[in-house]
Amino acid sequence: MIRFDKVTKTYPTQNRPALQNISLEIERGEFVFVIGSSGSGKSTFMRLILREERPSAGRVHVAGKDLAKLSNWKIPQLRRQIGTVFQDFRLLPNKTVEQNVAFALEVIGKSRPTIGKAVPEVLDLVGLGGKGGRFPNELSGGEQQRVAIARAFVNRPMVLIADEPTGNLDPETSVGIMKLLDRINRAGTTVVMVTHDQAIVNQMRKRVLELDSGNLVRDQSRGVYGYVR
Amino acid sequence: MRAQFVLSEIFIGLRRNLTMTVAVVVSAAVALGMLGVALLMLFQTSHMKDYWYNKVEVSVFMCTKDDATLHPATCANGQASQNQMNSLQSDLTANPLVQQVFPESQADAYARYQQQSAGSTSGTSMAQYVTPDQIPASLRVKLKNPSTENIDAMISSYQGQQGVETVSDQRTILQPLFKLFNGLTVSATTVAVVMVGLALMLIVNTVRLSAFSRRRETGIMRLVGASNFYIRLPFLMEGAVAGLGGVAVATLGVASFKFFLIDRVLAPNFTFTSFIGWDKVLVTVLILIPVGLLMAVGASALSLRKYLKV
Repeated sequence: MIRFDKVTKTYPTQNRPALQNISLEIERGEFVFVIGSSGSGKSTFMRLILREERPSAGRVHVAGKDLAKLSNWKIPQLRRQIGTVFQDFRLLPNKTVEQNVAFALEVIGKSRPTIGKAVPEVLDLVGLGGKGGRFPNELSGGEQQRVAIARAFVNRPMVLIADEPTGNLDPETSVGIMKLLDRINRAGTTVVMVTHDQAIVNQMRKRVLELDSGNLVRDQSRGVYGYVR
Repeated sequence: MRAQFVLSEIFIGLRRNLTMTVAVVVSAAVALGMLGVALLMLFQTSHMKDYWYNKVEVSVFMCTKDDATLHPATCANGQASQNQMNSLQSDLTANPLVQQVFPESQADAYARYQQQSAGSTSGTSMAQYVTPDQIPASLRVKLKNPSTENIDAMISSYQGQQGVETVSDQRTILQPLFKLFNGLTVSATTVAVVMVGLALMLIVNTVRLSAFSRRRETGIMRLVGASNFYIRLPFLMEGAVAGLGGVAVATLGVASFKFFLIDRVLAPNFTFTSFIGWDKVLVTVLILIPVGLLMAVGASALSLRKYLKV
């Protein structure tokens, strides 16, 4: 599903590469944690998958496509197959929950009947059935993150990328979000999650990729955080 | 493509930056209005140059039957005879100052008069009462070197000959008008150029503000895979709507220029030449529409390239 071939990324203003000679493969349907301290290259890793950045050297393949060969006007097609969730939710405050989720479909030109059917379905899936008319500021942090996940998932992407989705949430709420992501993963979607949350990584026992200063220092299936300073 | 969605985005955007939108509309209107005035003046100048202006410097008008009483000194016999006109023509052709002579019969002159009057509002009513024998036949003369001295020499040597009603210097008649129109063209063009620059900068800034105030939306659109076109369309349409607003206001300006200045002031005071009609105003507006759209959409596109990463 996602393959990195000796990928190096150097930003023009920096001498040290943000990622150095990374090779890895993430299979369809996997659940992968990406861990590492700040500046270890996690964000760059995500941005390369989304084709927000191009590698300085090496190849990135996502969903069977070589991103180096992907022309600019085809990038949106790629991004429709990747759902993205962030630590800060990034909901539109002047739209209701339903409108926030529908927005993702409207802007890729889906028809009204399709939207009318898909939005309530996905809201039920994330456990927000009946809260479609609320505005984001009327919801708890956990509920807002569920809306963000609903928006990322409503187009049924093949990959879901979550950038510290529990970073702003208390441990109990985080467990709920992880259960939701696990459910989405079990339904066949590949999930790549960047996190600092040791408890979650240790509890889930999924594959762990650890980055340190741009190097892939650990790739362990059923791993733990194991990150002691 | 969801039209309703795009439309609502456009109006949300325009309303959010209302003051900037107004500024864009006004400056685009002034720019396009000035451009329109310059165009009208160019039309008017070429309209006036069309017939004799480019060809002749001096016109020798022959007597008509009414001149027996009006100009008894040279037109005592009333209507000038064909013989008088023929001999005058050969005399003019032999003159060393003259390059070419174009004779114009009364019938030709009448036809041209009717044609010229057709385009002007002030001439129409008069044209109905004019008959061919009231319009003088003439010899239109092109000089080898149309200097003021040569023109004066021509006037003094032919004015006063039998059968000649009057000899006129074509240039001095139309010169004040041409000066006025050229002055208007130059100043309107200058203002138009400055205002187009101003309007472009305002549009670039408005779109930039708009893109900034909607960066959350566009960020999400990017992430969920909206096409570049879809992301940019509301901004481009915002520019287009503002540009069309400018065209609409400019149309009012151009129309009132034609109505108040040309029809009310110029036409009654310069009756010997005809002025452009409303058809030319329409042509001008039809030129302004694509210019306004291109300006607005082009500036928006430029601004988006710079401030909206897709």
